[in-house]
Formats: sequence, C-alpha cells, structure tokens
Amino acid sequence: METVADLKQRLAQVHYVADDTLATALQLALTLKRPLLLEGEAGVGKTEIAKALAAILDTRLIRLQCYEGLDANAAIYEWNYQRQLLAIKASEHENIGAAEIEKHIFSEDYLLRRPLLEAISQDKAPVLLIDEIDRADEEFEAYLLEILSDFQITIPELGTVTAKSVPHVILTSNGTRELSDALRRRCLYAYVEFPDPERELAIILSHLPDIEEQLAVQVARFVRELRKEDLEKAPGIAETLDWAAALTGLGLKTLDQDPDAFQSSLICLLKTEADAKAVTREVTGRLVGHAA
Amino acid sequence: MTAPAHAPIARRVAGFIDHLRLNDFAVGPAETQAALTLIDRIGPLQAAQVRNGLKILLTGRHEEWARFDDLFEAYWFARGRERTAAGAGSPHQRAAATKPTIWSDHLPDSAASGLGDARGGGDTEQDAAGEAAGRIVASRQTAVRKADLRHVADRDEIAEAERLAYRLAAAMRYRLSRRFSVAAKGPKLDLRRTIRANIGHGGEPITLVRRARPDRPVRIVVLLDVSGSMKLYSRFFLQFVKGLVCEWIDADAYLFHTRLIRVTDALKDKDTVKAMTRLALMAEGFGGGTRLGECLKVFNDRYAKRALNSRTVFMVLSDGYDTGTPETLVAELTRLKKRVRRIVWLNPMLGWRDYEPITRAMAAALPLIDHFAAANTLESLAGIEDDLGRL
Repeated sequence: METVADLKQRLAQVHYVADDTLATALQLALTLKRPLLLEGEAGVGKTEIAKALAAILDTRLIRLQCYEGLDANAAIYEWNYQRQLLAIKASEHENIGAAEIEKHIFSEDYLLRRPLLEAISQDKAPVLLIDEIDRADEEFEAYLLEILSDFQITIPELGTVTAKSVPHVILTSNGTRELSDALRRRCLYAYVEFPDPERELAIILSHLPDIEEQLAVQVARFVRELRKEDLEKAPGIAETLDWAAALTGLGLKTLDQDPDAFQSSLICLLKTEADAKAVTREVTGRLVGHAA
Repeated sequence: MTAPAHAPIARRVAGFIDHLRLNDFAVGPAETQAALTLIDRIGPLQAAQVRNGLKILLTGRHEEWARFDDLFEAYWFARGRERTAAGAGSPHQRAAATKPTIWSDHLPDSAASGLGDARGGGDTEQDAAGEAAGRIVASRQTAVRKADLRHVADRDEIAEAERLAYRLAAAMRYRLSRRFSVAAKGPKLDLRRTIRANIGHGGEPITLVRRARPDRPVRIVVLLDVSGSMKLYSRFFLQFVKGLVCEWIDADAYLFHTRLIRVTDALKDKDTVKAMTRLALMAEGFGGGTRLGECLKVFNDRYAKRALNSRTVFMVLSDGYDTGTPETLVAELTRLKKRVRRIVWLNPMLGWRDYEPITRAMAAALPLIDHFAAANTLESLAGIEDDLGRL
C-alpha cells in the first residue's frame, strides 16, 4: 500500500479530508488487515470514512446498522421462507421424499444473504461498515468477534462458508455502551475528534467549491466556537456543511452582514429546543466576534 | 525498564509495552510482536508515524487514547508524566512493592474513623499496618445487622454487606438480553423454527413456533457520596457498590465529593488490592465538601448519554448535605429524571431518630425522588431489596 500522504491525497479526491492520525489508522488497517474501531462523538464523520474508503478502493460498501436486539437472522443470513413454502407446495404432487425436499429447500437458492454473509462472499474485498456497534447486545458482539477473527460463517444446513476475500472492516461506536476488551483488542483503534478549523475549512471548500472563501473561514471558526458552548447536541460536520450551503443560498458574504437572516439560518446547526433557546442573539454576537 | 538508548530496539519496545501495562493498558506479548512488526514496516526513523501507528495499535478506548501521548513521551523521552512504578525487578515485584503503601495511605483512614468522631482520622503506624479494623472486631460481634454503620468497621460485617449487595443484585437480576426468545405464547411467529417443525407435515404449518419479547434488564447507575459528612459510611457503601457492580450485568458506578469520578472499571478489577489502590488514587479529596448539584451536572453533561436509558434505576447514596445551591440540584435532577425510569435516594441519616430531610438541598430534591429510603444499617439496606425487586 502507498504512503500516508498518498492515502490522504486519494481520500481528498473523494472529498474526505483526513488528518495524519486517521490516515495512518486507515493505512494500518489496510496493511495489517485488521478491523478498525472508530470512536468519537456523533457527527465527527466516522461513517463517512467507510464510504470514502470504499470509494478510493473502488469496491462495495456493505453496511450493517446495529441496534438493540440485532440478531443473527438480521445480520448474517435468513432462509427465504415464502419461497421454501412454495417449493414444498409445488412438490406435493411429485411424490418426492421429505429428505429430498429438505435438501432442495435448504440450498443456496433459498438463502437470503444479510450484510455479514454478503461481505465474506464477495470476490473483491468490500468495505464492511459495522455502524454503532455499541447499540448491539453483548451476545451479538461476541458473535461478531468470532466472525472477525475467522472470517467464516457456519450455516447448519449448508456447512461452513469461508471468506472469498477478507473484507476491510470498520466499526463505529458513539460510546453509549462499554465495548468488551476482547473486541477492542481485536481491533485497531482511533478516536475521531471534531476537526480543527483548518481541516473543517478544507472540508467546506472541498464540498462547496463555490463558497466565498472569507465566509468559509468564518463558518469554520464560528462552528468551532459554538461547539465549546454548553450545548445538548454539538453540531457535526454534516450540520456545518448544511449551514454553509444555507448561508451561501441566502447570499451572505460574511457572517455579520444580515443578523436576521443569520439568526434564522442557525436552525441548520441547533437541533434541540433547549439549544435553540440557549443560543440567543447575544451569544451569536459574541461568537461572531470571535470568528470574524 | 530503563534500558540504555543503544539497547536493541526490541528490548526498548518490550519495556514500553510493560510501561503501558503498568498504567492499566490491556496489552500483552502479542502487542509487543505487533508493535515490532509495525515499527519494522514504517521504519524506526519515521518518529511521528511510528508514534501514531503505536497509538492506533496499542490503545483501545478513549481514556487510553487520551493518555497515550503523555506515556509515550515519558518513556521514550523521559519527560512529561512521572512513571507509575520506577525501580528494579520484575513488574510483579514492583507492583507488589508499591501497592500496599498506597493502599494503606488512603483506606485504613476511613476504617479507623469508624472508631468514633473523637479519634479523628490520624494516620498512625497501626493504621498503616491494617490493624485498626482488627481491634474493633472483638467488641462489635453482636447485633451487626442493626448497628448503625457509623459504628461498623469490622471485616466480617463489611463482607456481610457485600453479600447483601449481591442478594440485592440477584433479586433484580436479569439474564436474557435478546430481543426475542422462543415462547409458547408470543406476538411473532418464528418462521425459521416453524418451517423446521412442519417439514414432517409436508410443509403445512400445523405446529406454530412463536417468539416473545423478554423483559429487558434493568440498568443500575450508582452515585456514591464520599464527602466529609459521609465519611463514616463511605467505606462501607463502597463495598456495597462494588457488590452491585460486580454482580450486576449492567451497572455503572461513580464517586463524588467536590468532583465526580467514574469508578466502574476500578471496582471491576479482580485484584482487590489493585482495585482499592486505583480507587484511592482516583478519590483524592475523599472527605471534603459536597457539591451535589455540580457533580450531577457533570454527570448529565459527560456521562448521561452513555450511562442512562429508559430502563435505568438511578441510585444516589448521599446524606444530601450540599454546599451548592438547591436550584442547581433541582435543575439537574429534573434533567436526569427525563432519562431514567426511577430515581432512588438512599440516605443514611434518614434512619436516625428524629431526622427530617430538612437540609435545603434535600427538601428541594425530595419531590423528584421516586423512592427515598434509609440506609444506615445493614437491615435497612436489606429492606430496600423488596422495593427495588419490584421495579
């Protein structure tokens, strides 16, 4: 694999602006072929990393969104019951033995691949994104651990399926539950922070090439100041981009140009009632002062 | 291990891994191997990259991520933070040599205070040798369960308290955490099992297999007051909380006085001495004043999102003497209440005769508390088992 600088360059081409640490983490995950666990607050762009990686490797992104109660049926495979029933019905008049029917209906034709099985069945190694692993139960985490170390899945009716290619695995966690040490040791780890203003500026310019540079600089600084405030939900990168687009749409060239329009545009950044109330004109005035 | 700079890199790296392990990183020989492979791959002269790479390889959680750079500098450049255990010998010898001192510095103090207010918390040599608790045993064998915990400092009684905590945990214990399990009655058909069960009937679904949603486990979050006014109870309660955390599948514990500290991981440490040492180090400022409202605010801001859900029983062990304003306390409790199922407040003073919750903080908080109970004797603590079991 190439150097960290090359990797950063290629990520930038797909509009992902990574810092050195993150690029190193990705590069190590690729060369050591180990899963990468990314933690950090919501909105710092953890999921985007997987998308960017899939884009630069020109491969499929297979995503498993975890939730409480996620089980093997939803994550690995499921039989297509409707078609199985139909097949049983259709064979009723053909005088076929039960064993024969069973063999037939538990074949690959009736197998529905869920993300994990799908990920190990690809010819070209895909990016497997296991999103918000902290939402899944401990049992599932244990199961996952087994799959991540062997990359094989046993289906009782069919036997063991071994990976055709080892997927590039990225796990994300918001830290709502403490993950097991076993899983953490299995993975490489990186904590993703909110970007510094320079990097956030680069992200804005990368996504919104038409934006006035002065405005983009102010946006990046303002958002940074806003994140320091005592908010229930700090604005993420996606919110910054929305907001920058909104400001451009309103025709603003600087933040202090039109206070009314500016204040109403904040709905792009503030996502709870308490936050919207807390960020008054006085507060924004102060923050704009810092940002200008 | 302070190997000279010209020592082979492998030894230095092994020493670094050892250094991390002493600082509670979960790293072992496999990581040493991986680290060497990594350095070899990047090239040892690419210092910044090697450091980034090792950080990614050797850390596993945010806390470790945040501490790594300090530890790295301390080891490789011999500056920054002091190393935990400098000195000769194997890691085990060093650990054994350091721990008991720290342990005795902090803990027998609270045990000794069990003797009564008059004695104060002097750090005498006897205390350091751990004899203080031993002397009290003889006189207080009887009426353990009814004795006010202010007067309890004996090992057996503390062990008894731990067992009670275990029973408390068992009463509410909950094992299943799967979304559905096979059940005779249930809202959902388990198609996979139904098909399997009916192959013998030629595919006619005669035997139906159903799935039901099991009760979800209760999550317990405990905040333990270790301020000065709780001093006589805090050692005991700490054991109680340890019991909860170790037995319960889903529990989280915090200590607070003027600051709030998360102690779940320290309590879970299987090595008791090590656990208590970690706790003692974390709880610096033990026995100071209380800032209940502000500590709750810290909890709400920093931990609430991860620690609480709709099945959480939030338990506060405190006498409610707060040096902050009641308004802060009420505001933070209101915020908290939105996220949890119940707030349980255990107050040792409540068991005292003639005690009324008249401190301003306590009076203000009272309407927000679902269950307010005494906890000054083992018996009163056992009494809450029923109430909690019914949640």
